[in-house]
Amino acid sequence: MDSRVFKEMLPFFEEHYGNAQSMHSMGFASRDAVENARGRVASFLGANANEIYFTSCGSEANNLAVKGLVRAPGAGGKHIVVSSVEHFSVLYAARRLAGMGFEVTYLPVDNTGMVDPSDVKRALRGDTVLVSIQHANSEIGTIQPIEEISAIVHERAIPFHVDAVASAGAIPVNVAGLGADLLTIAGSQFHGPRGSAALYIKKGINVVPQIDGGIQENGRRAGTENVPAIVGLGKACELAAAEMPQNAALIGRLQRRLISELPVKIEHIYLNGHPQKRLPGNVNFSVEFVEGEGMMLLLDAKGISVSSGSACASKSLKMSHVLTAIKADPAIGQGSIVMSLSKYNGDEDVDHLLAEFPPIVKKLRDMSPIYNYFQKTGQRQKAGPGTDYEHEHEH
Amino acid sequence: MPFYSEKVMDHFSNPRNVGEIPDADGIGEVGNPVCGDMMTFYVKIKNNMLEDVKFKTFGCGAAIAVSSMVAEMAKGKTIEDAMKITNAMVAVELGGLPPNKMHCSNLGADALHKAIENYLQKNK
Repeated sequence: MDSRVFKEMLPFFEEHYGNAQSMHSMGFASRDAVENARGRVASFLGANANEIYFTSCGSEANNLAVKGLVRAPGAGGKHIVVSSVEHFSVLYAARRLAGMGFEVTYLPVDNTGMVDPSDVKRALRGDTVLVSIQHANSEIGTIQPIEEISAIVHERAIPFHVDAVASAGAIPVNVAGLGADLLTIAGSQFHGPRGSAALYIKKGINVVPQIDGGIQENGRRAGTENVPAIVGLGKACELAAAEMPQNAALIGRLQRRLISELPVKIEHIYLNGHPQKRLPGNVNFSVEFVEGEGMMLLLDAKGISVSSGSACASKSLKMSHVLTAIKADPAIGQGSIVMSLSKYNGDEDVDHLLAEFPPIVKKLRDMSPIYNYFQKTGQRQKAGPGTDYEHEHEH
Repeated sequence: MPFYSEKVMDHFSNPRNVGEIPDADGIGEVGNPVCGDMMTFYVKIKNNMLEDVKFKTFGCGAAIAVSSMVAEMAKGKTIEDAMKITNAMVAVELGGLPPNKMHCSNLGADALHKAIENYLQKNK
């Protein structure tokens, strides 16, 4: 978290502890702070303050958007369109609705993770009530052609939700420019506090609450306001807007270094995601012949935190749905490594990674039977003996 | 709390008995790269004893630690005793494994047993 964000939040834990809904002076300070933050978020997104609704996290905002929209009175229809690389909070919300009588189309992506706008056009039906496509993917960084997609969706006057959790703070997110009717952001993605997020709902779009109760958030999201988190989100938006050009320049330069220099240092590695249309902070490589979790643990021991889309690195023991959607070779996808760059990184971090990573890969490849096989035969080992273990993975 | 026990991290970071035995008496292979785990065990057997055990493993931290531990446990044992090494024993020796990693310990003992069976098959 940015320390300036933390400082802004601090008075609202103790000094200004009033309930934002109370009619006493303690409450006024909280209410003013919440409304000030709402204004900051709105200006960050190019929206009006009364179109911003605070939630507890990006997942809640995505659930509110997807479920709240299709269940709104007058929504009509029963068909939903999402991409197959959406965040789980969109995918599983859609799946939940599918179990309740809705029909869901999961759009395919190409091998860079990109949705084809013409696929969106083909998927739309007379009874389509919602299209939800992410602005960018957090795992492989691919930025979707949202403007093109929104134009197609709006031709049919269908509401369009954009999950901008991965992109907000990293690249410009403007609701009018993107053509979003609903849009999700989360503070924790750009140095704001965890547990802070917002859903933009364009004026005139009808959404029913998914948390019933009080009148907070204009009756669309009940629950006592988490004032410090809301204040933190507002500050994070303000800082992100002001500092985005310089941050993006730094982060983009570090990204280009990793993308161009890593393949020179390590053989048989492949970039996942789009080569150009990607978030500046995202680098995702598949390292062949080794498994992601092992690399992750050894890099962690060197003070480098990365994540992996491999089956073993996930609790479900399945390769990530994003790597599956881009049709990554399952054997190679096991070696996927996600490196996320931020404004707190510098050239020294890239130098450190470039120095530490190759020997780690070498160490793991030296003990890898499939690398052994490749070195001896020049062939890639496909499913060998013992494939009966596949069932063991279906937990 | 870290994800893995200290013992798992030790065997993962400094695995014992990694490698191949060029003139192995038995070779056992389980898993496949698509699943994310694959182990090859090599055994050298003399007078009914596992004189040497080596492995190569493609897989997560647990899979590598399990391989290292299985090889260490099996080395110097008679064929009969080595066949008695169970998955549960390996997990206990490693100070426990996270629940979703228990299948890795299954792979380790099975690969060892397969290598021994391969030797027995050849020497019928």
